[in-house]
Amino acid sequence: MKIYPEYEIMRNYDKCINCRACENQCANEAHEFLADANKLVCDDTKCVNCHRCSALCPTRAIKIVKSGNTYKENTNWSNKTLNEIYKQAESGGVLLSGMGNPENFPVYFDKILLNASQVTNPSIDPLREPMESKIHLGARPKKAERGADGKIKNNLTPQLSLSMPVMFSAMSYGSISYNAHESLARASAELGILYNTGEGGLHEDFYKYGENTIVQVASGRFGVHKTYLNSGAAIEIKMGQGAKPGIGGHLPGTKIVGDISATRMIPEGTDAISPAPHHDIYSIEDLRQLIYSLKEVTDYTKPVIVKIAAVHNVAAIASGIARSGADIIAIDGFRGGTGAAPTRIRDNVGIPIELALACVDQRLRDEGIRNNVSVVVGGSIRSSSDVVKAVALGADCCYIGSGALAALGCHLCRTCHHGKCNWGIATQIPELTKRLNPELGHKRLVNLMNAWKHEITEMMGGMGINSIESLKGNRLMLRGVGLNEKELGILGIKHAGE
Amino acid sequence: MLKEGQVRIPSGCAVSGMINKAGKRMSGEDIIKSIAVMHDRSNGLGGGFAAYGIYPEYSDYYAFHVFYDSITAKRECEEFIERHFDIINLSKIPTRKIKEVTDEPLIWRYFVTPLPTKLADSQLDEREFTAKCVFRVNTRIDGAYVFSSGKNMGVFKAVGFPEDVGRFYRLEDYEGWCFTAHGRYPTNTPGWWGGAHPFALLDYSVVHNGEISSYDANRRSIEMFGYKCTLQTDTEVITYIIDYLHRKQGLTFEEIASVVAAPFWQTIKRMPQEDRETHEYLRTMFAEQLITGPFSIMVGFEGGLMALNDRLKLRSMVVGEKDDMVYISSEEAAIRIIQPNLDKVWAPKGGQPVIVRLERGHWR
Repeated sequence: MKIYPEYEIMRNYDKCINCRACENQCANEAHEFLADANKLVCDDTKCVNCHRCSALCPTRAIKIVKSGNTYKENTNWSNKTLNEIYKQAESGGVLLSGMGNPENFPVYFDKILLNASQVTNPSIDPLREPMESKIHLGARPKKAERGADGKIKNNLTPQLSLSMPVMFSAMSYGSISYNAHESLARASAELGILYNTGEGGLHEDFYKYGENTIVQVASGRFGVHKTYLNSGAAIEIKMGQGAKPGIGGHLPGTKIVGDISATRMIPEGTDAISPAPHHDIYSIEDLRQLIYSLKEVTDYTKPVIVKIAAVHNVAAIASGIARSGADIIAIDGFRGGTGAAPTRIRDNVGIPIELALACVDQRLRDEGIRNNVSVVVGGSIRSSSDVVKAVALGADCCYIGSGALAALGCHLCRTCHHGKCNWGIATQIPELTKRLNPELGHKRLVNLMNAWKHEITEMMGGMGINSIESLKGNRLMLRGVGLNEKELGILGIKHAGE
Repeated sequence: MLKEGQVRIPSGCAVSGMINKAGKRMSGEDIIKSIAVMHDRSNGLGGGFAAYGIYPEYSDYYAFHVFYDSITAKRECEEFIERHFDIINLSKIPTRKIKEVTDEPLIWRYFVTPLPTKLADSQLDEREFTAKCVFRVNTRIDGAYVFSSGKNMGVFKAVGFPEDVGRFYRLEDYEGWCFTAHGRYPTNTPGWWGGAHPFALLDYSVVHNGEISSYDANRRSIEMFGYKCTLQTDTEVITYIIDYLHRKQGLTFEEIASVVAAPFWQTIKRMPQEDRETHEYLRTMFAEQLITGPFSIMVGFEGGLMALNDRLKLRSMVVGEKDDMVYISSEEAAIRIIQPNLDKVWAPKGGQPVIVRLERGHWR
């Protein structure tokens, strides 16, 4: 059974100059030039709605529109639901998707508003006064100590120092291209923040950005060796991912080519399959052993991050991790992105990051162990105001994934798993990867983060706060709109007007 | 309308303080005169004083000043105190009936020392034991509120203008080597006596002018260390931060100033290596104790007085010196009224602490 395409390519022939840019740009071959008719035509069934053609068309002759062709209206059996049934009936397979959960769940960040100073204390103008966005991540001891000379002794374990409360989250070399990785690494170095290798190891070309690199250890252990572990500023153990809690990863063999196979230390063309659990971690005490193994191999010079997906009992899990030697906990919300995930898992498993963050922060405080760890959150941090709200809810720092890719050109067509990313990001096809110029790419990331930093300090200044530390966990600066008592209770905030 | 503690009430204020470095005791008359000059900086909804060195005959005992709403609360609280402390002396705190101060609660004073057996059982040091008991009364006994709990010092506060509060408590009858005073300008309050300032725990007392923007970050962090912010005021959370950093973390007052009004990172970067490392450590280790937004505070403690402005100096504060006397106030006029001939007058910079210590041996 043929499925009518969800989106249609509309070409305005009055504007089209037959330059064939669309045809050249589309790796899905949705555009075709008919020489006989001297005319460009398109096949909507091949279009993934990535907007590459429409963005590059010199005369703006192309637009992609949602198809008006629908089944009989039915709020229960939507077009999407029916189409998915037709696809599965045809293939017998699991539905796959890329990027984060697009479904209509509440976005709590959009129901939270920020405060500003009026009369009783002054707002601070970031253009005229120093405004501090610098943060540190790492565990802190319970008590200050003095040396024999009476002077304060530095008894802190290794800390990460960042110029702003943002890092680029884990995206592996393989799932994204060399140029995308280079863009992230160079931008991090320029910004004084960190990016994350993801689970595919680290290309040797990028070892020089080590100070700004978090090296990840995931269940597949691809590309993990002693030099790798010692090449970054911190190590992250990936226990889970917001887009697909409870399952592993699968990078298809078509992406395991050349340097990727060498970096991952697996043969070319083999599928890279990460198991659902770490098979040396079936419980919290096993996690502790891995944390300390990694600390041993790096001589206790690097903080260890444990990344988990936001699931129902996330607070209890975080509490366990905070007592297991981890220096930083990263929590990934259910809207977090991915290169590929089973659609049903992506759209139905996990909980919103706002709620997970609020309950983890409160739980760690209730147990008096909040200073044992820093808390990093990701899973759809879309703007500087999301960052400010996350920090005010209690986060030390945010992970940015999808937003960073968007800065590099991603249009969220959600077909990363096809491996034919027209923007040169989620692909390993040389003709496509070269479309992403790291010189320009890293600059765009730097621009985006600098813009956010300006906005963050503007919002802080409005609240009369001139240092990000004073925003952290400052929930009185937040008010909910249209939230019920239970939601407000979990978020630990008041309703607007209270 | 919600009572103070159930709702957060911002307020502006006036503060004044004086200390004799030689430990010479003086009457409370001058501090009343000083704070009265700044009448317009308060609105009659709170005033108070902290006085150090006023109980030399009981200097080894904790002096509890307690407000009671009812006889029942008093009975319950006294039973609690008796179970945990030896009461050496108890009395009503002497007051004078004046028309400007009304609706007073029962106001009692107890000189106490922890019962040795109870103290040993608790496995706490004496000060922690006492602080815990104060929290117990204030959070568990309805209608009882311990508002002063230090040795050889006392807080006197009420709803009213500070000069009236001073007369109400007969402050001129006390002699101490250090006084601080506070006049409050809350934007709205049903006016509860416990909500007036100074706020005190053990011998730490804080008067504060300002409205800090870091409040909830500071509160949620300090509550992790066993403190309970029942009043939702800046002064309360600042007092706990100082108690935590000084008594529990063992920081000096200079170091405390570097935490709560930390130098900017850009300033730290330019410091000589040793200073830089210390400041980097303090800011990282005690990040949540940084206080931002406007404040000028005076912290009374066993043996001295510290004055400190926020790091942008968003509130006024002036220091005057004359012989052994140091005066600190929101306005110079409030110093000049009691000491017109000053050796030196200056305004400390934002984040620059003024720490005055008594010469040894005089502090009790």
